[in-house]
Amino acid sequence: MIGAILLGLAGGVVAGVLGVGGGVLFVPGLVFFIGLDQHHAEATSLLAIVPVAIVGTLRNDRYGNVCRQDALVLGLLSVAGAAAGVALANLLSGRVLRDAFAALMVLVAGQLVRRVLSERRDSPDTGAGSSAQIARSRGE
Amino acid sequence: MIGPPTPPAGASVRPSRPGLDGRTLRLGAIGTLAGLFSGLFGVGGGTVIVPLLMLWLGYQERMATATSLAAIALIAAFAAAVGGLYGNVRVGDAALVGIPAIAGVVLGAWLAQRLPGRAIALMFSGVLVASAVELVLR
Repeated sequence: MIGAILLGLAGGVVAGVLGVGGGVLFVPGLVFFIGLDQHHAEATSLLAIVPVAIVGTLRNDRYGNVCRQDALVLGLLSVAGAAAGVALANLLSGRVLRDAFAALMVLVAGQLVRRVLSERRDSPDTGAGSSAQIARSRGE
Repeated sequence: MIGPPTPPAGASVRPSRPGLDGRTLRLGAIGTLAGLFSGLFGVGGGTVIVPLLMLWLGYQERMATATSLAAIALIAAFAAAVGGLYGNVRVGDAALVGIPAIAGVVLGAWLAQRLPGRAIALMFSGVLVASAVELVLR
């Protein structure tokens, strides 16, 4: 139980600092700390993401960074894909799903490293800062 | 510290508009892909949404990330609902993780202004790779 609470806190912090959603941390955390299998961990992670995304969006919206119409269209038009994705996940064995998820984690790690390296190239710490830095300093 | 920009409604920071139909089509394609990704992996889908908003709709990173997160609130809710139909959602565990995560987001946003983001990003990448190895080997 303590593990789960700390996991949530950590996932939120990472989401707040890096703008990477909590899901990529929630899923393995639910497997390691709560002992859920891959299918249960993924579905449970999805529900845990919802409050994080809502709070983050309320914050971002204050800065006028959310294109509300696009977000709404994008979100609403995702419903078929989301249903298909969940159905597909349930067709796969836990083992296959787990290995695919591990590959996803490595992919996200690579994306983050690439982002950091490109920032370093773009902006030698002169006052202004790149939009990415500003975005991060706002915790998006 | 630069103050928060407060553009008037419909101001110039809006990403380019390739005609409403083309735009809706692109958003639908991104939404469908993101939904698939989200439902399949139990994540929000930002990993696919942010780059595609930048690539297909001319978004800047900051706005892409913020708009992606707003869409994720809906995407994750849909996917969680479908996952619930399969009986895979543990509501108690989700609350146990999701509620502290709200505090985490607020704390994280505060920390982001005081900690070196690069170091955190690199550290987190390390944690991800280590967890991936652990996940596969266990």
